[in-house]
Amino acid sequence: MKIKADTGRCIGAGMCVLTLPRVFDQSEDDGTVVVLDAEPPADLTSAVNRAVQLCPSGALSVEE
Amino acid sequence: MTEATPRLATYPLTRERAFDPPDELARRRAEAPIQRMTYADGHEGWLVTGYAEARAILADNRFSTRPELLHSPIPQRGEFRSEPLTPGFFIRMDAPAHTRYRRLLTGQFTVRRMKQLEPRIKEITESRLDAMEREGAPADLVESFALPIPSLVICELLGVPYEDREKFQRDSAVLLNLSSPIEDVRAAVQDLYSYLHGLVMMKAKEPTDDILSGLVAGGELTNEEIGGVGLLLLIAGHETTANMLGLGTFALLTNPDQLAVMRDDPAAVENAVEELLRYLSIVHIGPTRTALEDVEVGGSLIRAGESVTLSLGAANRDPERFEGGDALDVSRPAHGHLSFGHGIHQCLGQQLARIEMRIAYPALLRRFPNLRLAVPAREVPLRSNMAIYGVHRLPVLW
Repeated sequence: MKIKADTGRCIGAGMCVLTLPRVFDQSEDDGTVVVLDAEPPADLTSAVNRAVQLCPSGALSVEE
Repeated sequence: MTEATPRLATYPLTRERAFDPPDELARRRAEAPIQRMTYADGHEGWLVTGYAEARAILADNRFSTRPELLHSPIPQRGEFRSEPLTPGFFIRMDAPAHTRYRRLLTGQFTVRRMKQLEPRIKEITESRLDAMEREGAPADLVESFALPIPSLVICELLGVPYEDREKFQRDSAVLLNLSSPIEDVRAAVQDLYSYLHGLVMMKAKEPTDDILSGLVAGGELTNEEIGGVGLLLLIAGHETTANMLGLGTFALLTNPDQLAVMRDDPAAVENAVEELLRYLSIVHIGPTRTALEDVEVGGSLIRAGESVTLSLGAANRDPERFEGGDALDVSRPAHGHLSFGHGIHQCLGQQLARIEMRIAYPALLRRFPNLRLAVPAREVPLRSNMAIYGVHRLPVLW
């Protein structure tokens, strides 16, 4: 699993950080997504998928 | 196509029961989650009550939020949509104009920044509880707890003097009252805007450590735009959480088993707050959007220029998404609710609202384990005429 983040689309709502702070963070500057671990361990798959699903702007996607 | 379904003449605002959306909306949802609705000006638009359909529309930038394109589902506000937009009022702008403003603010409302506010929010909460204890029962929970906490927090964040609250709370009450005459709404916006613009001009001379001063120093927005941003954040920042705290406490008091979970199980608080957000859906009407081009949603073709009005309350109770959604169940996985919206306009202050509620509900219930209504539940005055639903007052004893 590889996480892709489109910071151009991101609106900084913070849903990903709220869902999975081990994997996602927000830039101090403009609040957009910072991926801390783009290839997280398999046991986090469902949480990653939930973060992708909750993202309001469609900035996150996952490649298998 | 759903052309043949009956048309709803006006959007229902009266809630038959304090915590449920108007029954009419649930009936419409069971019939068709997206259907035609006749707007106040005779426009033939749409009503959306289904979760999937509402979410899809909120996420789709082919739907605009620009006021000059919108038709109003209720007669009172129709005219106001043609008023010139307050500078910097980015909730009513589409991308990319919207993006520019939002980007300047998101850094101030990150999950981490909001976490850093926890000690201060706890301090404010405890001091309100101390004051309640000192002054003694009975008390109006709205006036003594639900409104002051988020008001103080947003004032400190923005750099708005809390001493001026009577003025801005009065104006924002007029603004949010769906039955206010249009002249009164116009005057309240103008008054509030002049106040905030004046404040911004002062901060340009003597900066302080707050969001408005930061925007002035950043130099990317005019003082006029910063005044409008301040107006938006000030109203959005206190009315919403205040009503969640008031109505949420009322809901917990009438569901003692759910109240006990919120009070006694710290691990359950996060989800309990999400469930209250879902269950209460205090955005009382809309949002409304207008299609910029033809878009198909849930098998219906929405033509360019047609308005769609969503009911977040009905969507958040959609049995397709939340089974048994008419019940308050703080142990249900409630994430994914639409109470903060979805798409590029999703609430900027949602992480602040979450932290305020996670602190305030349990602190209140622990301080006053015997908290109860001081009047019969049916006598609690409900905000059926306000854009943000809740209770006008909540008389309590302890």
